[in-house]
Amino acid sequence: MASFFTSRLFFISLACVVVAATLPLYVSGYVLGLLTVAFYFGVFAMAWDLLFGFAGEVNFGPTFLIGTGAYTAGILNNQFGWSVYLCILLGALASVIAGFVLALPALRVRGPYFGLTTLVAVLMLQNFIVVFADLTGGEIGLTIPDVITINAGANYWIALGFMTISAAILYGLSQSPVGLVLQASGQDPVQAGALGFNIVKHKLAAFIVSAFFSGLSGALLVFYFGTASVGTVVDVAVGVNVIVSAVLGGRRTVLGAALGAIFLIVAGEFLRPTGELATFIVSAVALLVVLFFPGGFLGAALSREARS
Amino acid sequence: MLALQILIDGFAISALYALGATGFTLIFGVSGVLNLSHGAIMVAAAVAAWAAASVLHLDTYSGALVGVGVALIVAFATYFAVVKPIQNSRRIPNEEKEIFVLTGTLLWGIMIQELIAYFFTNNAKTVLPIIEGVVTIFGVRTPRNEIFTAIVCCLVIGLLWLLVNRTRTGKAVLAASMNPRGVTLLGLELTQIYIVVWGIYGILAGIAGVLLGMFLGVSSYSVGPLTASAFSIVVLGGLGSVSGSLIAAFVVGYLETLTAYLISPAYRTIPALLLLVFVMYIRPQGLLGRR
Repeated sequence: MASFFTSRLFFISLACVVVAATLPLYVSGYVLGLLTVAFYFGVFAMAWDLLFGFAGEVNFGPTFLIGTGAYTAGILNNQFGWSVYLCILLGALASVIAGFVLALPALRVRGPYFGLTTLVAVLMLQNFIVVFADLTGGEIGLTIPDVITINAGANYWIALGFMTISAAILYGLSQSPVGLVLQASGQDPVQAGALGFNIVKHKLAAFIVSAFFSGLSGALLVFYFGTASVGTVVDVAVGVNVIVSAVLGGRRTVLGAALGAIFLIVAGEFLRPTGELATFIVSAVALLVVLFFPGGFLGAALSREARS
Repeated sequence: MLALQILIDGFAISALYALGATGFTLIFGVSGVLNLSHGAIMVAAAVAAWAAASVLHLDTYSGALVGVGVALIVAFATYFAVVKPIQNSRRIPNEEKEIFVLTGTLLWGIMIQELIAYFFTNNAKTVLPIIEGVVTIFGVRTPRNEIFTAIVCCLVIGLLWLLVNRTRTGKAVLAASMNPRGVTLLGLELTQIYIVVWGIYGILAGIAGVLLGMFLGVSSYSVGPLTASAFSIVVLGGLGSVSGSLIAAFVVGYLETLTAYLISPAYRTIPALLLLVFVMYIRPQGLLGRR
């Protein structure tokens, strides 16, 4: 851990955060808004990477956790008018419960079977939202009366601060002894168990941490948007973006996932002039990275550094 | 009357599901690949059949053939451009190849979907049915096309059964699904078997796609739901078990039809999803799956 603070990665990350923090002084509100969303997405991707890269659980339903947090916070605010911060906190707690529910099958089934369960969880949530349209706003979306702030710069700083803190906690966790045990139990559960580690406990913890950050980020995102809809926080396509970000940035690196998410969202914006082909180009680039640089951006950079 | 209607409609839908899911489960059984571009390949077939008929003005039979041909080409492209490079890659650790194949085919599927949307718009397309008209079966008005769909599905599945169980190639495929290493030791080239399986898969997905286009119509939005439904049917039946998928397809097809007729079409997919979750908890390997 101590070596991290003297490593090149630490200084590069620190420099990035410092530069990013000064952005509101000289870029337009439009760019800030884009990056705000990208930062929340970065947290989604990092939380997903903790589950996949370390615990070895293929979670196809990151949006089950994100959506539960986002909608719980939104509905509480919409129905009872509770304060924004209380709603965000309760949203994160609801997401933790969702993470617990999702973890139960993971302890019994593995690989593709677990992947499917998570996919089904997303479809169920989506159906639930559409069926209980009175409460959730259905397919149109849920209007949220309160927002954190309407100042683009403040929103940007909140998102940046939140992402930095989440990255520090998630990265620290992944490099800690707990992270190593998680990695071991993801790669060979039998052997990790034979070494005397409680795999069930560690995996449950990974799910809960991942769910907490996903839910918190989802809740913050809806209070930024002022609306929650299936298309922005629940749809399978959103989950696919989260997964692609993490794989693109480099799985098992945590920080790379955030990088991938920012790249994905910014690239999508740059490609806007190409119209309907934007998604095609992003997917094609992602596929090429998956095929030729399976380590992702950060994975490739880190392995080069390790070699030299 | 309603019961008969449900029985007939449910049968056609289930047969179509079964055909769609069979190829999917065959590939998994033989090469361990979960092809998430499945829905995209089916839609590509249907859209190609539609384009052949309405843009190139071919007759419906040739249109259907074009559709199946396109599906075959796309299936081979999926194997050679996405699946094979990942399987042969040295930079991807073996235990992670599964997730890379999943991610890769998913991205590939999105690419196909976007290309279809770009060239042929997102509008729903209905392929002109090969057989038109309506017949009345015991008082239930049934489109001839629906009966045709059910018959073709059953015929194709029957042919597949014959191919797998009665021919030399089929037996090699079957052997590869049981023990790939054993097959290589017997001097058979695994890659050849994979190519055969992807060919069979392409034809099955193509026929299913074209029939779906005639029966319900497709658009580029159907890609995700089609993949998800094939995935859930296959998991319900047991990954890699063809007979399990057939049973599961009928369970899901009838469950959806029952819900749509008796409760509301809006809740159509919910009972099947609930059943799936329930089965996953009780019997994670599916109805007829082996661990």
